[in-house]
Parts: sequence; C-alpha cells; structure tokens
Amino acid sequence: MDRQTLFGLVVTLGILGVVLELVRRRRLREEYSLIWIITALALFVLNLWNAPLNWIAEVTGIFRPTVLFVVSVAFFLIILLYYSTVLTRLADQNKDLAQELALLRHELEQLRRPAADAPPEEPPAG
Amino acid sequence: METSLRPLSPAARRGELLVIIPAYNEAANIAAVVARVKEQLPAADVCVINDGSLDDTGPIAAAAGAITLNMPFNVGIGAAVQTGFLYAYRYDYPLAVRIDGDGQHPPETIPFLLAALAAGEADMVIGSRFLAAEAETYRGTLPRRIGIRVLAGVISTLTGQAVTDPTSGFLAAGRAAISFCAHEYPHDYPEPEARVLMHRAGLRVREVPVAMRERAGGVSSITAARSAYYMSKVLLALLLDTIRLPRTRRTGYEEGAAASADRDR
Repeated sequence: MDRQTLFGLVVTLGILGVVLELVRRRRLREEYSLIWIITALALFVLNLWNAPLNWIAEVTGIFRPTVLFVVSVAFFLIILLYYSTVLTRLADQNKDLAQELALLRHELEQLRRPAADAPPEEPPAG
Repeated sequence: METSLRPLSPAARRGELLVIIPAYNEAANIAAVVARVKEQLPAADVCVINDGSLDDTGPIAAAAGAITLNMPFNVGIGAAVQTGFLYAYRYDYPLAVRIDGDGQHPPETIPFLLAALAAGEADMVIGSRFLAAEAETYRGTLPRRIGIRVLAGVISTLTGQAVTDPTSGFLAAGRAAISFCAHEYPHDYPEPEARVLMHRAGLRVREVPVAMRERAGGVSSITAARSAYYMSKVLLALLLDTIRLPRTRRTGYEEGAAASADRDR
C-alpha cells in the first residue's frame, strides 16, 4: 500500500468518524449526514479500487495521482451546493415565520386589549 | 413543506385603505410621518412595520395611532413591505398605499396616486420622481441617478414599457396587486425586481409624476459603500428572474384567497 492510499484511507475514515460522532451527539441530523457518509464511503472505496480513477484520468487527461483529489473536490462542491439550497429554504421559512409572528402578535394584542366602548368589567368578588 | 396557518379570528374587512410604512430605526421621523398621513387621510388605516429597529420606532408608531407590526428581528425591506401587504390581504383592504418611513414621500400626494388608480387601466400606480418637473423634486445624488438610469433602461427593455423610476417605493395598489405582493415579493432591494415580476404576472403598472423630498432625519439604509452591491444584486436578480419559476407562498387563507381571486377578475 503506497503512502497516498494510506493517507486517503485515514482521511476518509476520519471524516466518517467525525460525522457519525456528530450524529450520535445529535449535533447533526441524519438527513444532512447522509450526503457526508456517502461521500466518505465513495472516497474510501476509490482509494482501494482504482479502476474508475484510471478511467477518469484517461478520459479527462488529468494527472493520474491527482484524480482522487479532483473527485473529492467534486463531492465537496456538491455538498456545499446542497447546503446552499438548504440555507435558502431555511431563510424563506424563517421569513415566513417572522411575518406570521408579527401578524399574530398584533392580532393577539388586539384581542387582549379591552374594547374602549365595552362595559367595564365586573370587579372580582371578595 | 410550508404550513397552512389558520387565522385566529375571521379576516373581516377592516377598512378601505391601508397605508403601509416600513420603518427601520426611524424613531426621529415616524411619529411625524404617521401624523401627516392621518391628517391627509383621516379614514385610512396606517400600518407601520417596525423591522427590528434598535430604537423606539415601534412604541412611537403605536403611540401615534398606527397599527404596528413588530418584526421579531430585522427581515429586510422586502419582507417588511410584504408583511404590510399580507396584512392588507388578510383583512381584505381593497386599496393599499406604501410610503417610506423617513418622510421622503409626501402624504399630500397619496390622493393623487389613488385617483390615478381609480381611473382604471392599472393594478398598481407608482410615483416617479423623474416624470415630475426637476425643480419640484429631489432626485438623489448623481451616482444614484446614474444607477437608477441604468436600472430603468434594463427594466424598460425587459418589460417593454417605459420605466423611469425603478427604485421608487411610493405606490398605490388595488386588490390584484395586493394579492400578488402578499404572495410573492422580492427580498433585499425589492422595488426594481417587483416591477418586472408584476409585469410578468400580467399586472398593469403605471407611473405618475410625484415630487419627493430629501429624507427629513436619520440615516438612509443605502450607503455609498453598498451601492455597488445594490447594483450587482439587483441586476443579477433581474436577469435570473427571466428564467426563474415563481415561488408560490401559502398565506394561510387559501379559501378566502380563492374567493378574492374570483373577485379580482
């Protein structure tokens, strides 16, 4: 096993370990950990099974030892893009919630406020 | 994904006209603006959207007699204005006017906008500084005028209509436009983008000449340093809008929405 393979295995296992630990501590939701786990496993496999990398190097002309890194970068870009879409969704929902909150708070204040023309409330007994 | 929230109470008609005033840190101006609107239009309901101000804009607006919607944090001008349209939509106002909280849109001109809207042939009427005589109105600093000119050119091209004041936030809206803006309104610097979105939705937008003033006090939200970002952001948004699908928002009043959509026709 050459040093680059060893390095790759350590890194991918490291990513996998950190992600699983974050899920275990409930700091990361399973739905968002899935894309990380797939990435780590895919890179782990590509470290040991080189045929796809050789093929990519041949087709694209990328220098063979760097192909794995190029593939890793592609995976990470996909993750970043995916998170940007998640952020957008959260921001939209956040805005909708803020608007709803402002409207409901006003409505609640209206309901709580005793009407000016209503008869005065009975004083509490005793 | 999005929830459909039920109203706390039936959305009965509140009034005939809602004046929407988004305000961020406008404690120095807001009481005077609200008072001037109420003086001009005693029958109108004034709705101040306090967009997470750090000063006392909210309490001052409420004390001045405005319906005050306090955003829980700063949501930005687009979302703040949209909150006002949501209020108008939910309480079934047939007319809404939007003016700025800094006093640059003279309330005396509101009846003029409403008259243009009532004359028909438009779902929204927008006040333009650049249709008014130059001596009568404030048009901003030279770099800003150049930026506005560029945006006006782009939007005129995209909509095929002569747009002279794409950044104007002084407008009057009828039911169809209120409904549209409640469901779909752009985020950060909404005015230029809203022009294109409404045109694409088949709404008729007309400009009328109005005079504007330099802001009375406080600080404008658009500083010189932000202008470049403003231009790039708005131009990008305008270009992306040509290929973008509309975002459909559920407002939580869908049965009512179906009924009012029929009425809009």
